[in-house]
Amino acid sequence: MRPGVVSIIGLALVAVVIVWLVVNAFKTPELFFNVFFIGLTNGAVYALVALGYTLVYGILQLINFAHGDMFALSGLVASTVLFSVIGVGADSSMLAIVGGILLGLLITMVAFATFNAGIEFVAYRRLRNAPRLAALITAVGMSFIVQNVGLAIYDVDFRSASGLLPRTPVFEIGDVAYPWNKFVVVLITVPTLIALTWFVRATRQGKAMRAVAQDREASSMMGINVNRTISVTFALAGSLAAVGGMLFLLQFNMRYDTGFELGLIAFTSAVLGGIGNLTGAVLGALLIGFIQAFNEGLTWYTPGSDWTRSIVFGILIGVLVFRPEGLLGERTPEGA
Amino acid sequence: MALGRFRLNPSWGLAAGLTLAAVLYPQYVGTLRSLPVVGEFTPSVAGLVVMIVFTMMAVGLNVVVGYAGLLDLGYVAFYAAGAYTAAWFASQHFSQTSWHFGSAGLNPDMLGIHMSLWLVLIIAGVFTAVTGILIGLPTLRLRGDYLAIVTLGFGEIIPQFVRNGDSLFGFNLTNGTFGISPIDAPGFGQTLNTAIGLPVNYQQSFQRENLFFWTALALLLFTVFCCVRLRDSRLGRAWIAIREDETAAAAMGVPLMRTKTWSYAIGAFFGGIAGAYYASFKSGAFPADFYFNISIFLLCMVILGGMGSVWGAVVGGMILGWLNVEGLATIGTKIAQTTGVNLEVPKYQYGIYGLIIVAMMLFRPSGLIAERRHKRELEEGVHDTPMYDVTHEGTLTDRNETND
Repeated sequence: MRPGVVSIIGLALVAVVIVWLVVNAFKTPELFFNVFFIGLTNGAVYALVALGYTLVYGILQLINFAHGDMFALSGLVASTVLFSVIGVGADSSMLAIVGGILLGLLITMVAFATFNAGIEFVAYRRLRNAPRLAALITAVGMSFIVQNVGLAIYDVDFRSASGLLPRTPVFEIGDVAYPWNKFVVVLITVPTLIALTWFVRATRQGKAMRAVAQDREASSMMGINVNRTISVTFALAGSLAAVGGMLFLLQFNMRYDTGFELGLIAFTSAVLGGIGNLTGAVLGALLIGFIQAFNEGLTWYTPGSDWTRSIVFGILIGVLVFRPEGLLGERTPEGA
Repeated sequence: MALGRFRLNPSWGLAAGLTLAAVLYPQYVGTLRSLPVVGEFTPSVAGLVVMIVFTMMAVGLNVVVGYAGLLDLGYVAFYAAGAYTAAWFASQHFSQTSWHFGSAGLNPDMLGIHMSLWLVLIIAGVFTAVTGILIGLPTLRLRGDYLAIVTLGFGEIIPQFVRNGDSLFGFNLTNGTFGISPIDAPGFGQTLNTAIGLPVNYQQSFQRENLFFWTALALLLFTVFCCVRLRDSRLGRAWIAIREDETAAAAMGVPLMRTKTWSYAIGAFFGGIAGAYYASFKSGAFPADFYFNISIFLLCMVILGGMGSVWGAVVGGMILGWLNVEGLATIGTKIAQTTGVNLEVPKYQYGIYGLIIVAMMLFRPSGLIAERRHKRELEEGVHDTPMYDVTHEGTLTDRNETND
């Protein structure tokens, strides 16, 4: 029962964006493709965080507000693990750096899987039968707690590991280059996504997750351990956030409050793709990554980074008003 | 009639006593502050103004969150709208023109728009209420948690708009990151001053802080009075009905959209007045003041006090307002003095508010001063799956969990 006018406005907006992109691509092609790769990199990081929102939402219908801050804290912890525990530096050999990153990834993933499941156990489990807003409010409070844990440990300083990986290009066509330190993001994200898809689709635990997402009571009657399944979901989300945190750390500076904005961007991605839908989250994240990069990188009639937040939230509001089920929403929410 | 009902209610007597104590506060604050232990924890009059202003916002937010049960995570947008209304209508910002209308104690040749601050407060309230309606119309159909996120979105967009609004197609609307300052203070003008001795202009008065304090108190009382009366009105009962069970309320003939929009408009109205008044007190509106944490700070006041309870919002607002203005710093100094450990308590203020929120939701979800009805809802559960659902296509909610 959606009025025709509304969808026409929505389509017109999309058309304007496409025209703007095409004109930009023709005016400054090198810039366009360089920015495209930035967008791909950012989008991949957003995807990892967005999946955490979507997984938890799919199973509990809870917007886990603290997830963005988990991501930021995981990145900060990853910096400690990399530089202090494992002890790699920019002068280490390539093998040591790659090994260190993979080992650090493993450590932070396990740590944040435990941490996230622990938050669920402490804060959300008791509220499972309370009004839904009670759990959401708790998640907002949790977000500030996690953020302040980061503040207490790391103070307000920025951390980064962007010097670890070489910026030599993977390939170079004219002025368009795709450096290794960006390619690494795709290199890690793609196997992670494949593993996640395999887990949700093919394993017994994944099947249990999908069942609980569909109907908690019925799956409990079928002998599924609902509490354990929810814990596993939170653990998965936490470890995905840790992967995102590590990858972000390898690109940019981050500090205790990085997770607020990034979390909201990732949440917008999840909504854009259709919250609860795993493929949708990745698609939405890539789209948002591109939109943000194009907005900040292109030159012809570009609002610029001052307006990024407004644009992302404009998209969020637009999606919720025009197409609340998201891009891929007509599928089942738990359909991985 | 109505007055008779007030007299029966003992809480009004308590309120009157507290009001009297508050009105006289500037008289004995000096004595209190010189006392050995109590003194350090006694807020100054200026600090109290800030506390009262935020309490006013909390009472306004309580209309949206507590009465109507719509989680608003972007209340800071209304604060910003109110503050900038004051900045537009009572400062030298629009120096292209010179227009005075009832401005108190100012040089009539001064450039910019200068309206009487009392009028500006009303304009700010109305303008903010309209903003609330405009935000509400497209979004109030959304389900509770989606609505929360959308309000958060507006709470972020409006401050960014304000920050970037110094060259909107060449027009300087908000003066960008520098903000607009100074903003005129309220006052009664020369005529009333000579006639009955009311102050010409608060800013120029030697009693500046006391005057701001008494006016803030009057505004808070007005807000509390309105909110208490609203709760028992037809509209208020409709809000509570929607909060408890949207479907049942709609079936009983409560117009959902209109009722929800009213809650937005009225909640925003008080936020706007408080914002404008605070801008006048600070004599400036700066975009750095409007960030997400403020919305959560206000939400924390409402939750601590008890959602749906006006007195709860007042108590929660005063407690957290005090912590924010002076309390945390004082406590931090105290800890540093006694244990020698400098914990930098104010730095972690939002972490502390987060802890309060989580602890309240887990252990006492109905708040310090629980509203009876809301407490029952929390204990017995409600049907919070609304009728107007975002997903007509039925992807997210065809599971229809009902929480009983």
